[in-house]
Amino acid sequence: MIFLTNLINGLSLGSVYAIIALGYTMVYGISKMLNFAHGDVIMVGAYISFCGTSYLGLPAWVSVVLAMAVCTALGIIIEGLAYRPLRGTGSLAVLITAIGVSYFLQNAALLIWGSAPKVFTSVFSGMGSSIRLFDGGLTVTWEAVFTLLIAILIMILMTMFTTRTKMGKAMRAVSEDNGAARLMGINVNSTISMTFAIGSALAAVAGVLLCSAYPALMPTTGAMPGIKAFTAAVFGGIGSIPGAMLGGILIGVIEVFGRAYISTELSDTIVFGVLIIVLLVKPTGLLGKKITEKV
Amino acid sequence: MKKITSKGLSPYRKNEIISYGIAILGFAVISVLRSLGMVSSSLQGQLVPICAYVIMAVSLNLVVGISGELSLGHAGFMSVGAYTGIVVSGIMGTMGAADPVRFFAAVIAGALAAGVAGFLIGIPVLRLRGDYLAIVTLAFGEIIKNIMNIVYAGIDENGFHISTKSDYGLSAEGRMLLNGPMGATQVDRISTFFYGFILVMVTLFVVQNILNSRQGRAIMACRDNRIASESIGLNVMKNKLMAFTVSSALAGMGGVLFGLNYSTLLPIKFNFNTSILILVFVVLGGLGNIWGSMIAAIVLTVLPEALRQFADYRMLVYAVVLIVVMIATYNPAIRSRVSAFAEKYLRRKKPDAAPAEGGAD
Repeated sequence: MIFLTNLINGLSLGSVYAIIALGYTMVYGISKMLNFAHGDVIMVGAYISFCGTSYLGLPAWVSVVLAMAVCTALGIIIEGLAYRPLRGTGSLAVLITAIGVSYFLQNAALLIWGSAPKVFTSVFSGMGSSIRLFDGGLTVTWEAVFTLLIAILIMILMTMFTTRTKMGKAMRAVSEDNGAARLMGINVNSTISMTFAIGSALAAVAGVLLCSAYPALMPTTGAMPGIKAFTAAVFGGIGSIPGAMLGGILIGVIEVFGRAYISTELSDTIVFGVLIIVLLVKPTGLLGKKITEKV
Repeated sequence: MKKITSKGLSPYRKNEIISYGIAILGFAVISVLRSLGMVSSSLQGQLVPICAYVIMAVSLNLVVGISGELSLGHAGFMSVGAYTGIVVSGIMGTMGAADPVRFFAAVIAGALAAGVAGFLIGIPVLRLRGDYLAIVTLAFGEIIKNIMNIVYAGIDENGFHISTKSDYGLSAEGRMLLNGPMGATQVDRISTFFYGFILVMVTLFVVQNILNSRQGRAIMACRDNRIASESIGLNVMKNKLMAFTVSSALAGMGGVLFGLNYSTLLPIKFNFNTSILILVFVVLGGLGNIWGSMIAAIVLTVLPEALRQFADYRMLVYAVVLIVVMIATYNPAIRSRVSAFAEKYLRRKKPDAAPAEGGAD
């Protein structure tokens, strides 16, 4: 039973990582940059939702929509102001700018909301207490169930979006070959903005789900999940949407099992250790495409 | 091609002189100001960390700028050096060695330990490319930090103890050196600004001599075109591994200097943010530009203190400065305008100061 509980917790944490990793992987695919500020967008999303429910008294779902809207706008603004001027100058310059944006968001949050952790009320608290199965032998929280379901739903929607819609196809075209896409009449700027918008909206969802399960909300809340999700995106093969999903869920499960069965202090070490071994065996990640180098 | 016939110094030599000059001038000015009592106490406290960060930045530049591999785990090697140095210094302290002997023994031990760690990590890691290499170095940095979190060590009359458990049987008279998540405690603060200056000079000497050698040119050739260098018979892996190992050893040295400057040192100090901070120095100073790294390390370490008048807003201002400086330095439109301006008003043909774009693309 403990095994099942751990598995469910792992899947649920992994789903959050997967949703964050989707944002990473989409942005990476389209602009070849590591958006280190992504973890902090999660934090902003969680704070907005927190403010919506606690200060404005909005219903939970309205606060989530509000958080998504704010983060979408934030994503577009960040891309336009900080990343667009540096497009095509090599990924290191943009990486440092992204770090600057990350510092900015963390410190802005520190000024607005203070450093004391806020207790986040779960958006599923209206659903009543957790589900009990096997005469109370197995307790599953609503957070875990919904996180998993929402992650699956997002995965399906994203796959449909990128394969069926015009915008989604444009995104894939731009990530494949920026210049050729431009020649085909695709508006590269708006496509990249759109990618940031979607990634940031997903980050808001992830932030709300993360804080529903782990209620302490601080300006640094997004940092570690951000790094883990980045790891997850690489683990699954960066640039690949199913890869991000798979990588996220595996990282979550490994982390929870490592914590439960091996060592609490070393759970991160185990996660990163597995990542290293996978990358050494399969250097492009689990579902990554192999790129042959041409002279 | 060794002899530069045009007037003046070769660019290598010029950069070397500038960086040694910055170090010596900085040391001299600060020493004079200190003897006149004109250095504020907050700056006093930052002198050794500044030296340590300069060492970290210059050594990371060897990997990121010169070898062209993005490393996000430099703080990990710093912590290996710091904790090795603290342990060695602690053991020698109980044996009653003099401070300079302790310090330099600790530096050598720290550099060796970090160099070995860099070598072992480099063998598998350098097989990867670009962003994958970045993520694996990040992972190693985090792993080193987590391992430091569970290491306990102490010394008593029964000798030296090291363990992963907090109750490892240290006698009451024993001296605790490493205390797991609480980090190193009761460290003798034997780092001084003068030692820091010596280590900066050693770092500059090592890195610049590599740069201006056959080996260094081979490393840069591997960065610029891997396939071409392989086809003229360069061993890419060996060259990159050498740069990585030397860089780690120097980072270990910086770590010892840093670690022996505080009475307590938490493992969390060497997390991902510290690695990133050092990377910021390198990129902002210009990839491959040694004195640029030095200036960036100095300015960005002093800047948060200097921004103290903005009180709560200082880190926000720091972030904005970082973004604006990055855009101003790297945006093609702004850069061409700046160089046009320089040409027009300074009436001097400026050589293209474009920083080398190696690394993660």
